[in-house]
Amino acid sequence: MKSAPYLLSLPALLLFAAIVIVPLGMTVALSFHDWGQYKGIEPVFILKNWREVFTDSYYAEMFGRTFRIALLVTLFSAVFGAPEAYILNRMKSPWRGIFLLVILGPLLISVVARTLGWALLFGGNAGLVNKALTGLGLIDAPLPFMFTETGMVVAMVHVLMPYMVLSVWAALQRLDPQVENAAIALGAGPLTVMRRIVLPQAMPGILSGAVIVFALAASAFATPAIIGGRRLKVASTLAYDEFLNTLNWPLGAVVAVLLLVALVIIMVGANRLVERRYGQVFR
Amino acid sequence: MSRNGPLALAYHTLFVIFMLMPIVVVCWVAFTPEGFLSFPTSHWSLRWFYAIGRYPEFISAFWRSLGLGALSSAFAVAISVPAALAIARYRFPGREGMTALFMSPLMIPHVVLGIAFLRFFTEIGLGGTFTGLVLSHIVVVLPFALRLTLASAVGLDSRIEHAAISLGASEATVLKRITLPLVLPGLVSGWALAFINSFDEVTMTVFIAAPGTETLPVRMFLYIQDNIDPLVTSVSACVIAVTVAALIALDRAYGLERLLVGKAGHGR
Amino acid sequence: MSFLELDALRKTFGAQVAVDGLSLKVQKGEFVSLLGPSGCGKTTTLQMIAGFVDPSGGAIRLEGQDLLAVKPAKRGLGIVFQSYALFPHMTAAENVAFGPEMQGVGGGERAKRVADALELVGLGAFAARHPRQLSGGQQQRVALARALVIRPRILLLDEPLSNLDAKLREEMQIELRQIQRTVGTTTILVTHDQAEAMALSDRVVVMNKGRAEQIATPLDAYEHPATPFVASFLGKTNLLEGSAVRPERIAFATSGLAGTVRTRIFQGNHWLYQVETKSGLVTVIRQNTGEDMPGEGAAVHLAWGTR
Repeated sequence: MKSAPYLLSLPALLLFAAIVIVPLGMTVALSFHDWGQYKGIEPVFILKNWREVFTDSYYAEMFGRTFRIALLVTLFSAVFGAPEAYILNRMKSPWRGIFLLVILGPLLISVVARTLGWALLFGGNAGLVNKALTGLGLIDAPLPFMFTETGMVVAMVHVLMPYMVLSVWAALQRLDPQVENAAIALGAGPLTVMRRIVLPQAMPGILSGAVIVFALAASAFATPAIIGGRRLKVASTLAYDEFLNTLNWPLGAVVAVLLLVALVIIMVGANRLVERRYGQVFR
Repeated sequence: MSRNGPLALAYHTLFVIFMLMPIVVVCWVAFTPEGFLSFPTSHWSLRWFYAIGRYPEFISAFWRSLGLGALSSAFAVAISVPAALAIARYRFPGREGMTALFMSPLMIPHVVLGIAFLRFFTEIGLGGTFTGLVLSHIVVVLPFALRLTLASAVGLDSRIEHAAISLGASEATVLKRITLPLVLPGLVSGWALAFINSFDEVTMTVFIAAPGTETLPVRMFLYIQDNIDPLVTSVSACVIAVTVAALIALDRAYGLERLLVGKAGHGR
Repeated sequence: MSFLELDALRKTFGAQVAVDGLSLKVQKGEFVSLLGPSGCGKTTTLQMIAGFVDPSGGAIRLEGQDLLAVKPAKRGLGIVFQSYALFPHMTAAENVAFGPEMQGVGGGERAKRVADALELVGLGAFAARHPRQLSGGQQQRVALARALVIRPRILLLDEPLSNLDAKLREEMQIELRQIQRTVGTTTILVTHDQAEAMALSDRVVVMNKGRAEQIATPLDAYEHPATPFVASFLGKTNLLEGSAVRPERIAFATSGLAGTVRTRIFQGNHWLYQVETKSGLVTVIRQNTGEDMPGEGAAVHLAWGTR
């Protein structure tokens, strides 16, 4: 009887041990192996790759760009996504379902297809976005979007926005609508209600959404690869290059392991913070 | 009292336009009659949809993605069901850690998984094979399958099974007549969500797919890397159409909010 | 020999004692209630009889046969769960037919028994409905029909009425009592509602912290509570001159314990008083006969039969 749960989970446990834990371990080992243009991978233990990544400023710049973009994407999706979640939550029955489908649906549509849409919109000087912006008189000369960080941030905000809306919306669901009315009855104006009543209750949703968006933005691949092109590298596109173009697998493994470790630390830390600040209130 | 004002509705409209614009643009450009990227205004044409037929690598990649998604999701559900029962029904040492392990493919960047699988499969002789694709896809879609099977296993009142037992039903009968029919909707939805995620997966697959085993998103990605032309927009339009159809079906069957709120709830 | 016998039944969960040496003898056809606050062990006792919880010690015998040696599926007990636990994917009739099917009762005979059972609980017209298309009271009746149709040796009721509103609960109490009398099935009811237990049962077992504090007829337990716990659990009670006195046994008189009315609450068929006396606050209930009653602040004297 005691062994029943272990027996039931055995297939999944075996699969994960063989196909997740072993390969990840092998990747960590790989990052310590030697590599040469002609000799290929040599299974020895050296720190060469790690030293290279930590000393060459190219990698610092690349990781800096990766996390800068992730931070901006997180910020923008929170600033624009949270109000939308609030508006959605106040909608009446059929509309709410329809727009929830419209806003969350893209989550399930191929990232490649969505990014292609942005590539078309940015498309050089003739892109639709620039036409619209100049047409509205907001800018004089076309802005460069393609192959820039700006373009990557815009496209990634779009790709990851549903996660933020979803997360905030889930938090707002737990909110008792009478609480807002109670505040109004006590003489609070709309701004005060927003700042003192709604925002604090939405905050756990915003923060957990931010953790998800940040993690996915920092490890995004298809969107930075298509919008950023060959020059503007982030961690995942650089790792891809090392593995499939340069063929320096050990160096690519270092980049991947560093990305994983950094993300795990940031996510665990952020979750701790959220739980410590909001754990008592919302449990 | 709790109505959205005109300002809120204006914001909402802009937001929806922002969310839909790139998707609409892809579908729009796909209907161009020109030989280059352009927004058709007066003339529409299906020439680029017909053109897909002349590129067998897109067609075969589509079928491969379909088969890969169906197969890996089925395996993922089959493995999830007993694990979900264990997690839902028992309190045992290591329960939390085990759940975290099964959910970890959501946390681990897919680039890292792709690299790890590339190295691993090359070493054991599965590099670039369909078997390797299936194994890796089972792992990455398992969290979605597990989430929904777990939800239906938790939602299942064990007293209903007790009631059946008290009426004289054997364990096998309870499983066949009571438990399975009650968790079936969760299994089907879990399979569907897993399928969609497998069908869309590109980041990890791009590492482990070889020229003969490319999936549709991988083929599209590699094509776009070389050049963007109307052909890839018509392929994307087809993918979008298929996904939207599946989405609406899934929404009818299960409710998209329930499906996705569970998905985001992962971040806690 | 008694029909059902619990002998020094015991259940511990780790260091926590849920049921602590409970012994009980139930006669055939009798209606016995296990009554007590939540956590008193009443539900655990029921689950041990049903076979969903294994006792840590003691014995359960049904007609002299060791029940613990029988698998839950073979005990032949009818159970009505608090949540009803209806099979949501089956119609009312299919729910009721499940038990006879498991017993191997075939076609015509099964259909007849199902129809009879649904008729008994007044749901003949609802046979084709699914549980979610039925009201709470109707679901409750389906659960009862499903339990009775297998002609159980014992009917076990786990808080069967607690999910119903007050008015419906009263109606169902009367109906449940009538059905039990008609069918004559030995019945064990688990409840925390003392009014329900007293209304339905031949005998009540008042439980507290895993022990039976008193096993008696409802009237006997109410009039002669064995312990202060039983006295307070079975209704309001005053402790006056060392003995428990029910509020409705205290009258306003010309002489007796002097006091001042602190609050007076009108409750339709009776008045509820709190009277301040030198022995502390005394609760008094007087029937509403339409006469004038002392108001708040009035000086009164209290008298009660001492015997």
